[in-house]
Amino acid sequence: MELMTGTPMVEGNASGSALVTREPLSFWGGLDPASGEIIDRRHELSGQKVTGQVLVLPYSRGSTTASTVLLETIRVGTAPAAIVASCVDPMLALGAVVASELYDRVVPVIALNEMDFQRLRTGDRVTIRSDGTVERVAAEN
Amino acid sequence: MALKLSRVDREMLEGKRGEATRMAMSILVKTAEIEGAEELMDITRVHIDGAVYLGESSLDFAETFARLGARVVVPTSLNAGPMDEEGWRNLSVSEEFAEKGLRIMRAYVGMGCLPTWTCAPYQSGIRPARGEQVGWSESNAIVFANSVLGARTNRYGDYVDLCMALTGRAPRSGLHLSENRRGQILFRLTALPAALLQDDSFYPVLGFYLGKTAGQRIPVLDGLPTGVTEDQLKALGAAAASSGRVALFHAVGTTPEAPTLEAAFQGQQPEDVVQVDLTTLREYRRQMSTCSQGDIDVVVLGCPHFSKEEFTKLGRLVKGRDRHPGTRLVVMSSRSVRDAVKASLFWPELERFGVKVVADACILLSPMLRAEDRVVMTSSGKCAYYGPGVLKRRVAFGSLEDCVESAVLGQVCKEESLWN
Repeated sequence: MELMTGTPMVEGNASGSALVTREPLSFWGGLDPASGEIIDRRHELSGQKVTGQVLVLPYSRGSTTASTVLLETIRVGTAPAAIVASCVDPMLALGAVVASELYDRVVPVIALNEMDFQRLRTGDRVTIRSDGTVERVAAEN
Repeated sequence: MALKLSRVDREMLEGKRGEATRMAMSILVKTAEIEGAEELMDITRVHIDGAVYLGESSLDFAETFARLGARVVVPTSLNAGPMDEEGWRNLSVSEEFAEKGLRIMRAYVGMGCLPTWTCAPYQSGIRPARGEQVGWSESNAIVFANSVLGARTNRYGDYVDLCMALTGRAPRSGLHLSENRRGQILFRLTALPAALLQDDSFYPVLGFYLGKTAGQRIPVLDGLPTGVTEDQLKALGAAAASSGRVALFHAVGTTPEAPTLEAAFQGQQPEDVVQVDLTTLREYRRQMSTCSQGDIDVVVLGCPHFSKEEFTKLGRLVKGRDRHPGTRLVVMSSRSVRDAVKASLFWPELERFGVKVVADACILLSPMLRAEDRVVMTSSGKCAYYGPGVLKRRVAFGSLEDCVESAVLGQVCKEESLWN
């Protein structure tokens, strides 16, 4: 088990299996809120589902409608359990900020430093705590 | 450092100016804290991207504020909305979708927003001045405002846009501050053929490449020809803000903060210098299409919304030509540009060719395609980027000339000579 400390953008507790990409993603045009599927056909995670997973991505690109998509995934229950980024990025967090105001539901969003971010691998068991602690249990393979 | 709030900010946050303002300030304060801003600042106007329908949460958000009697406190324009308010019945928009879309539209207009319904507000008379502090959302509008107009906005997401409009405040951070607008990575275009640099279709390709290459850094372009048009810069920015996250670029000798190379970098050295070559751009251009031949069902133009100048060009290209009966041609634009075009001398020619103009909306946000449509062709880098995932169709990218030629032949047809 490894412990890391990040900067919470939206505080909360969550855990799940990591779904990791090193490629930025636009939630709008990239994530279908109805199904939780990544639909950017040019993205390496195309076809994967984020629902219940800890989505690990460097930062957002593309559309400012990211927040609208994330909010809808939180409402319908297709959202990731948490989002981990490699830098502070308000665009990734905004949908979760609005969800806590509008629905009182929390999806934690946290930034790790680049080195810690690089440690995470798809399939790792990741736990995020509201104090900014990120716990990683490596996937067995 | 903790966020310092003014007395009025605190009153808003404490609910002394109504519940809608409290919610708006609460979301704004959280955003400012994430940005690491030290304080909030006044903004003169807002452009809202969030008035779209992506599910019930879109309605929940808009109608929660509307019910609480929210009113915008600065002039606020609206981005392309869920549908063409007047013309949706002629498109493949269902009654059910239309009902939700109209509710969203009414909620935002009811809060005092201007019914501009365009992603190119800057071509519908909404043009903040150089140095003006604004709160704009929508990726292409942001990059245009920052780069071409020299106004100042961060890359604001949907929902915080309304929060800025209801409070007149934004985080003092990021691209609002001069020091954060310095160019970081230099792209030299000097090795590219002059004829290519003159061609409209070069700009979405360059943008697509820039977005993929610049990462989080502010790109500076050296070598754009004098006389590069606003529409070319619009296409460049929209593509760069789709394939990447470019919110500001400088073009030396063209954009307001880059009269010289030195000014673009604020007297400092570039962190990186990239010589752009034709082989690389050709490969990016190839990647923009997921379909390179065969029949086309629809040609989609106007992403971002078509300008009057672009309609004029289209009018020249379709003159005396006949559209293939199996291919439709849809152009998205603002209602103000549509009205001007319908009153123009070249409108009869466009109408004869069968050009369908959709105002207010965007094919990426409003269901307009028919079930049997398989292939879409576009001259837009942005539409080419999002099309395969959002429209669930194969997409061919080409120049405006290619798009018209393809509409005439009913098949993908591309002129390659400039790229070889």
